[in-house]
Amino acid sequence: MKNFQPIIKAKNYTTEKSIKLTEKTIETAESAKSFFTSVGDFSVFILRVIKETFSLPFEFREFLKQCYQIGNKSLPLVGITGAIMGVVLTIQSRPVLNEFGAESMLPNMVAVSLIREIGPVITALICAGKVGSGMGAELGSMKVTEQIEAMEVSASEPMKYLVVTRVMAATLMIPLLVIFADTMGMFGSWLGVNIKGDLNIALFFSHAFSSVDFIDFIPAVIKSFFFGAVIGIVGCYKGYNAGRGTESVGIAANSAVVLSSLLIIIVDLIAVQITDMMIK
Amino acid sequence: MSDKDEAVTDEKVIEVKNLSISFGEQQVLKDLSLYLQKGENLIVLGKSGSGKSVLIKCITRLLQPNGGTISVLGKNVNEATNKELGELRKKIGFLFQSGALYDSMTVKENLQFPLRRIKKGIAAKDMQEKIEETLENVGLKDALNKMPSQLSGGMRKRIALARTIIVDPAIMLYDEPTTGLDPITSNEISSLINDVQKKYKTSSIVITHDIACARLVADRAVMIRDGELYAEGKLEELEKSDDEWIRSFLK
Ligand SMILES: Nc1ncnc2c1ncn2[C@@H]1O[C@H](COP(=O)(O)OP(=O)(O)OP(=O)(O)O)[C@@H](O)[C@H]1O
Ligand SMILES: [Mg+2]
Repeated sequence: MKNFQPIIKAKNYTTEKSIKLTEKTIETAESAKSFFTSVGDFSVFILRVIKETFSLPFEFREFLKQCYQIGNKSLPLVGITGAIMGVVLTIQSRPVLNEFGAESMLPNMVAVSLIREIGPVITALICAGKVGSGMGAELGSMKVTEQIEAMEVSASEPMKYLVVTRVMAATLMIPLLVIFADTMGMFGSWLGVNIKGDLNIALFFSHAFSSVDFIDFIPAVIKSFFFGAVIGIVGCYKGYNAGRGTESVGIAANSAVVLSSLLIIIVDLIAVQITDMMIK
Repeated sequence: MSDKDEAVTDEKVIEVKNLSISFGEQQVLKDLSLYLQKGENLIVLGKSGSGKSVLIKCITRLLQPNGGTISVLGKNVNEATNKELGELRKKIGFLFQSGALYDSMTVKENLQFPLRRIKKGIAAKDMQEKIEETLENVGLKDALNKMPSQLSGGMRKRIALARTIIVDPAIMLYDEPTTGLDPITSNEISSLINDVQKKYKTSSIVITHDIACARLVADRAVMIRDGELYAEGKLEELEKSDDEWIRSFLK
């Protein structure tokens, strides 16, 4: 008997290991499968939104209401953040520029980085948090309390009434908010410059915009439209597909923020590549 | 009761045949067949969780059944195109068990929502009149400018009922219209259901646990047990049944 012991042990060890391996493979396969089904679902959702966007009638009233919700209600948050970013950017860039003896370039540099990158991305991320989670929670709770079904049976298309209006409003409002954030950022930067220097505002702005081209501005605006669309679509998708219990409202809001923030960064990466190619 | 029977004709407005539906492992309805005649109030009885709400959601294609056919006003619901389905849904009123009032809209806007979409091009004055009339019918005339969150549970239920009947649908599906209401209001709602039936020749399915309400409105009743049709007939007949389960239900 004793002789057999090690062999048996070894056998057990290998089988155990192989069982663990298969379990892990199955698990990975399952999660890969669910990943691809959700990507598929999401694509179908986007296609439906596009289709509904171009079919009449357009719910203009609700669209305006959403524009107000998204645009007006985010103004303070976006404005304050923009201004602070301007101040911070200026204070941080000053020593670096000083080293190269290029302190006079401070307004130009802040303007370019604000308009090209910081303004759009920070605004979009903030709105992903504020607007995206709001949409996820609102549509999610409408789903849970059967309000979406109630719209369906009263012969209206909730896709059109709820989703298209929100996606359009976000797509339109985020670029406007970005421009607002940029402007506030420039004022912030002017304040920042004046902490250690003395530059009047007209001079500051003429300095700043002397190096800002169309090529800085246009791609940033185009990119912001996409950021807006991402926020709207992801927020609505997560809310619209919320589960049945109340806890799914929280999940919808949370995952809307996570997914849209991630997608915003990815869209930004793609946008940078495209602009880079075009400039060359 | 006899004056009610006259309104009922033989024409079947809803016909459900061999309906089955399951969620994952759980088989909720299996092989359920029933019909609704034109002008009648059909009571649907069954234990909590027996799939009554699921049944009426299948009828409006809010849920897709696994098997069986459902025809509404002669049209197969599951084969209808989106456009046909939309037309069909305009003729069906659906009172959700939870009320499903639109939280972000006032009571008035809640009532306008279906009116605008189903009665296209209705004049503002007619709309206002209709809203006031319907609110009066459910006894909540002063709730016009309130938000749903400011209403009590029973008031929400009645506003939901108002929102459903305001478009005069040919078929009404009531999911527990009197649950959570006091006996007096409950009676008022029951007679409102009868009024709607008489006035607009509406055919209705009424899901209810409230036997008092059932007695008032029923032309006929069906009972669902274990996902199948367990009993069918006039309420008075069912009450006299030998079956223990049926009688314990109607006590
Ligand atoms: N969309 C859904 N997804 C998964 N399961 C569901 C869904 N809708 C209903 N169910 C399940 O189907 C069963 C029947 O639900 P249903 O709401 O029809 O019951 P009911 O007869 O209306 O009960 P009650 O009288 O309490 O309202 C329940 O067990 C429920 O969990
Ligand atoms: Mg129910």
